[in-house]
Amino acid sequence: MNMEGAARTATLRTAPVIEVSRLEKLFVTVRNERIHALHDISLAVGEREFVTIVGPSGCGKSTLLKLIAGLLPASAGRIAVGGSVVAAPRTDIGIVFQNPILLPWRTVMENVLLPAEVQGRPMAAARARARELLAMVGLSEFENKYPMELSGGMQQRAAISRALVCDPGILLMDEPFGALDAMTREQMNLDLQRIWRDSGKTVVLITHSIPEAVFLGDRVIVMSPRPGRIVRVIDVPMPRPRSLDLMGEPLFGRLTGDIRKLLYGQGSADSAPGGGIS
Amino acid sequence: MTSIDDTLPPGETAQPGRFTLLMRTRPEIVLAPLLLVVVVLAWEYGVLWLDVPTYILPPPSRIAFAMWQGLDAGIFDRGGYWLHAGVTIAEVLLGFFIGSGVGLILGTVISQFRILEATLRVYLVAIQSLPKVALAPIIVMWFGFGLTSKVVIICLLTFFPLLITSMAGFKAVDAERLELMRALGARPWQIFWKVRFPSALPYIFAGLDMAAVLAVVGAVVGEFVGAQRGLGTLILSMNAQMDTAGTFSVFIILAIVGVVMYQAMRIIERRFLFWSGDHMRAIGS
Repeated sequence: MNMEGAARTATLRTAPVIEVSRLEKLFVTVRNERIHALHDISLAVGEREFVTIVGPSGCGKSTLLKLIAGLLPASAGRIAVGGSVVAAPRTDIGIVFQNPILLPWRTVMENVLLPAEVQGRPMAAARARARELLAMVGLSEFENKYPMELSGGMQQRAAISRALVCDPGILLMDEPFGALDAMTREQMNLDLQRIWRDSGKTVVLITHSIPEAVFLGDRVIVMSPRPGRIVRVIDVPMPRPRSLDLMGEPLFGRLTGDIRKLLYGQGSADSAPGGGIS
Repeated sequence: MTSIDDTLPPGETAQPGRFTLLMRTRPEIVLAPLLLVVVVLAWEYGVLWLDVPTYILPPPSRIAFAMWQGLDAGIFDRGGYWLHAGVTIAEVLLGFFIGSGVGLILGTVISQFRILEATLRVYLVAIQSLPKVALAPIIVMWFGFGLTSKVVIICLLTFFPLLITSMAGFKAVDAERLELMRALGARPWQIFWKVRFPSALPYIFAGLDMAAVLAVVGAVVGEFVGAQRGLGTLILSMNAQMDTAGTFSVFIILAIVGVVMYQAMRIIERRFLFWSGDHMRAIGS
């Protein structure tokens, strides 16, 4: 099998902004058990690229994202962002978590401004930028509302605005739409594609939905668990902007089928429980 | 008045419609005061009919008369209510602010250091469950019959609820919020003021609610044990003279003090905790 090779030689059309090489992550639990969360992860993400990472629960995809974000230390290997090694959380990376994590005592605007406040940026400029972002995600009328007055999808859009308010070059997203219903989720996928195209960010998005991974990604990184590793990197040669109709096309079906086979093992894709991964 | 005929023309239903609408949407506005009137009347005439001696249970009219007498006295009159109520309110407020303030500060400090918290927790929770009012006689012996001993007793009672609830509040801060702040590169003091403290506020207010009630209890118990002024002393001397109506009227004043304290807390809470569900405030009370 030359899957490892495939992972490394994946084509980059632009200069790499995230470089991960031979990354290992081990956890020691309170019961002194060692958990090998990530094994020999190497990948590169190019500027303005949209990379999705898909894999079953427990494959270490969230851990990988936290390592890139500098929220966790690596056990071995190297992570560089924008050419410098990641040692701590940094301001050129914006993160969107699975839950919006909006502070309930702050209005939408105050929540979006939180990173600027924490990092001591000039607030007038940040406020103007926040207005732009809220307009972009369709929340202009809600800037003075409190999070509890917003739907789940709206809260997550506010969280995306917050991640972008300090204009980081990179946006890391950890299953950002996992808690949303299917229709809201598709709408959010379309919105995210538009935001990504408008803002020119590099995006790494983690998901456990295979269609979402293929729909959004320029490339899809497929991971498998125990230990978490990359099994294949798949190019998605579909034109942008993509519409939801694309999901009915043969190429889309072939790509999602390929990924399904990789995740469930050869030949068992038909008999695998349908709800388990999508 | 209240009966409406559906066949009446619209213009004529407007007047009686108001009352029926009120009864349908907010019946408590009418029924709650009505209940009070019924209970007071039943009490008044029940005591008369059953021939209960006034030193056992005085009728409400006697209590009202005693109240009027007490309030009619001069502000510095030793027999009047103003002086004693003033002393008690001063004790309550001083004790409440000092006791809960110190409890909050210590609870906050302790919970920022995990070792300190882990070491002290078991003792603090144990002390919290002790009946600290039982120490009132010793405190009066130590601090005398003046204001100080009462303030110390109230401090002792209000200190622990704040200590325990603030520690619980800081412990319960959502880990996701902390991770978010860390991802933003926030400094520890930023994390404290922007996330930890506001997150702990529902717990802290639950502690303040408890403390407000305990402060009034502490003042009365302290005054029972040994004092020259205050509503507690007034109750003792009235009881000794079998002035039950007077005792009830002082009790009403104490109740008003307690209710005002509690309602003031509610108003402040509503201002600061508008974002929090009611369930958060249920803890501990």
